[in-house]
Amino acid sequence: MAWTQPPIRELALVGDCRSGALIDSGGDVVWLCWPRMDSDALFAALVDGERRGHWRIRPEPEDGGWRVERRYLPDTNVLETRFLRDGAEVVLTDLMTVAGEDDQRRMPTPEHELLRRVECVRGQASIELSLVLAPSFGRKRPRVRAHPRLGLCCEAPAGAFLLRGEVPLVQLPTPGTFGARFTLGAGEARRFSLTYSADAPAVLSPLGGAADDAIRRSVRWWRGWAQRCLYRGPYRDAVVRSALALKLLCYAPSGAIVAAATCSLPERLGGSLNWDYRYCWLRDAAFTCRILYDLGYLEEAESFVEWLLHGTRLAQPRLRVMFDVFGNPSPRERVLEGAQGYRGSLPVRLGNGAVDQRQMDLQGELVDAVYAHCRRGGTLDRDTESLLAQIGDHVACCWHLPDQGIWELRGPPRCYTHSRVLCWTALDRLIELQRLGHFRHVTLDLGELSRARDAIRRTVMEEGYDAHSGSYVEVLGGHDPDAALLLLPWYAFEPAHSPRVRATFRRLVAELSAPHGLFFRNPTLRAMGDGGFVACGFWAAELLADGCGPLPLARAWFEQLLHCRNDVGLMSEEVDPETGEAIGNFPQAYSHVGLISAALALEARARQERGRPLSAAAAEEAAP
Amino acid sequence: MNVWSWMLWGFVATAVLTVALVAMQELRLTRINIPYLLGSIFTPERSRAKALGTVLHLLNGWAFSLLYVAAFQSWGKAGVARGMLVGLVHAAFVLVVGFTVLPGVHPRMAHDAWGPTARRQLEPPGSLGLHYGALTPLTVLGAHLLFGAILGAFYRVR
Repeated sequence: MAWTQPPIRELALVGDCRSGALIDSGGDVVWLCWPRMDSDALFAALVDGERRGHWRIRPEPEDGGWRVERRYLPDTNVLETRFLRDGAEVVLTDLMTVAGEDDQRRMPTPEHELLRRVECVRGQASIELSLVLAPSFGRKRPRVRAHPRLGLCCEAPAGAFLLRGEVPLVQLPTPGTFGARFTLGAGEARRFSLTYSADAPAVLSPLGGAADDAIRRSVRWWRGWAQRCLYRGPYRDAVVRSALALKLLCYAPSGAIVAAATCSLPERLGGSLNWDYRYCWLRDAAFTCRILYDLGYLEEAESFVEWLLHGTRLAQPRLRVMFDVFGNPSPRERVLEGAQGYRGSLPVRLGNGAVDQRQMDLQGELVDAVYAHCRRGGTLDRDTESLLAQIGDHVACCWHLPDQGIWELRGPPRCYTHSRVLCWTALDRLIELQRLGHFRHVTLDLGELSRARDAIRRTVMEEGYDAHSGSYVEVLGGHDPDAALLLLPWYAFEPAHSPRVRATFRRLVAELSAPHGLFFRNPTLRAMGDGGFVACGFWAAELLADGCGPLPLARAWFEQLLHCRNDVGLMSEEVDPETGEAIGNFPQAYSHVGLISAALALEARARQERGRPLSAAAAEEAAP
Repeated sequence: MNVWSWMLWGFVATAVLTVALVAMQELRLTRINIPYLLGSIFTPERSRAKALGTVLHLLNGWAFSLLYVAAFQSWGKAGVARGMLVGLVHAAFVLVVGFTVLPGVHPRMAHDAWGPTARRQLEPPGSLGLHYGALTPLTVLGAHLLFGAILGAFYRVR
């Protein structure tokens, strides 16, 4: 049977807080980049078919009536795929092993390990294993050495991939291609471990019971992490799943969070809107920072702010649109030659060209994230104070410059209203930080900053508002709507219940709404075939919860958006309005951040309506 | 024997050897990480093992430079070529003997014949260290020739 790329909604992510692998509902690992999310892929079948690398383990025959059920083990990122048919049941468990500090002190742990365990729970099943090793996106011919006891070793430019299994693999004629067929009776299991090692000696994980122990350790680690989540509202499962997805997209050594685990999954099937999202956008900073603090993940929030400031210092005096996980510039955009793309969506881009854009909203995002950090007890050092003061001066003098805006449109720069609001946010938060005494070594020119802030506000209120439609508009002096305007109250530019915000919301619903509570981003992108943007839907739910509408409507809006999640609770960037298919890179941090933020807003509103002060209730729940 | 000259140039040669091996790993000529290899004898924790192994490697190199110095003393003179000759013997010993006996003495290293166990999980070096990359023998040889050349060039026989 000819191999076809799986629908994006059929993907599930496993990872180790440094890297990740995407597995489809047929037990096929179709995407794996090691040692980091933005490294070259070992398995890239997702964007170019099986020859670019994949690893499938599933019962055969493939079309033999197997029904598939999937889930993450509760409160973990351990994936369980259950294949069922009359008289037989096979469970495939997939994970990247993680270990706590105590475990690392007790035994050597692999740098990265993808562990797979296939078990026949009921009846008998014939299992097919198919493996294509394709280091560096398949651009290099794989050199594989087979050892009877140590397994397969595939040397790659930056390290080695080592595969061990409880079943011997047969080398097929194509280099790097292996296969196996074996039969499992009820209660029998086989384990396979693929590791990556930049250092020699590599750690070779023992299989058998030791592999089962590694699964148990990983489950325990993830559950310990998930239990730290302070959210106790009615959507806890969805919130915890989104938090776990974010944790997978986090690069633990630096605290960075990448936008998605993939590159070049199309925003329009068969189109050219294919971008590499395996980098960290400064734009996501304020949202991400606030939700990490609000969920109780203080360590992650503080690491994230530290990484933000580190990356910003490296780029001074400019602010970069995006960074790699260590705060360095993301690589130049290039095309993966010879690739067919996801279902014909070309080109397959590596690196991201948006890195050179001017985006005037970045300063606001950064300063708002630092503000959230300081409001939770964080402090500023002298360098950070100087950096923020420079940002303030820059915004005060340049806020009027045209830019590419939040949606990074590749055309002439324009004066986006959302970008001006973020300039206002930057100055407003800086003034507030000064007022609260967080600047101890540097003194801001409050007069200058206040004048600029007020001038921006006047400009937005006058030129960013269309009296004819009664709503805020995409660009100063323009008429078109923009879904980014849903965020105006989030940045405290204007209350959610104000007549202007309500009118803007009504207009957005009338002109940009998509099925399932989603929104198209703006008329230009909608005309280009852009799908419904998931994060915008959650912004709408949050706006309603913040006072733009009644609580039941906000809840209903939120709940219909939950249908955008796939069977294991993950979301892509967009949803095709006609087919309902997930499109764009996957899973998308921005969508999951949007879900959590909206759930927190709903909970805050519910508490408010119950007449309990939020802080007192949160303290009660946080208490042991 | 010129103790001060040995202490100074033995240390310098060891430092250069260490830097050369790290550089070769960074240049992706080999995966071998000698500090991790040594440090993991004493602790399974990767970062701790690397730190400890770096110290051990420096001390080791210093001690081994005594053999070079002994050879120079017995010859009555040093020199780059003589240093490299000892380096060649040293590298050959490490590659042929050292790597062969390592799985037997390293408490966490698996053996080629039995594979990894719960206690022994580290990849053995294999013949001539080839498990750690096809160019490993050449990098080990090159690093030791450099080590010997430095000692031979700068050690003053007394």
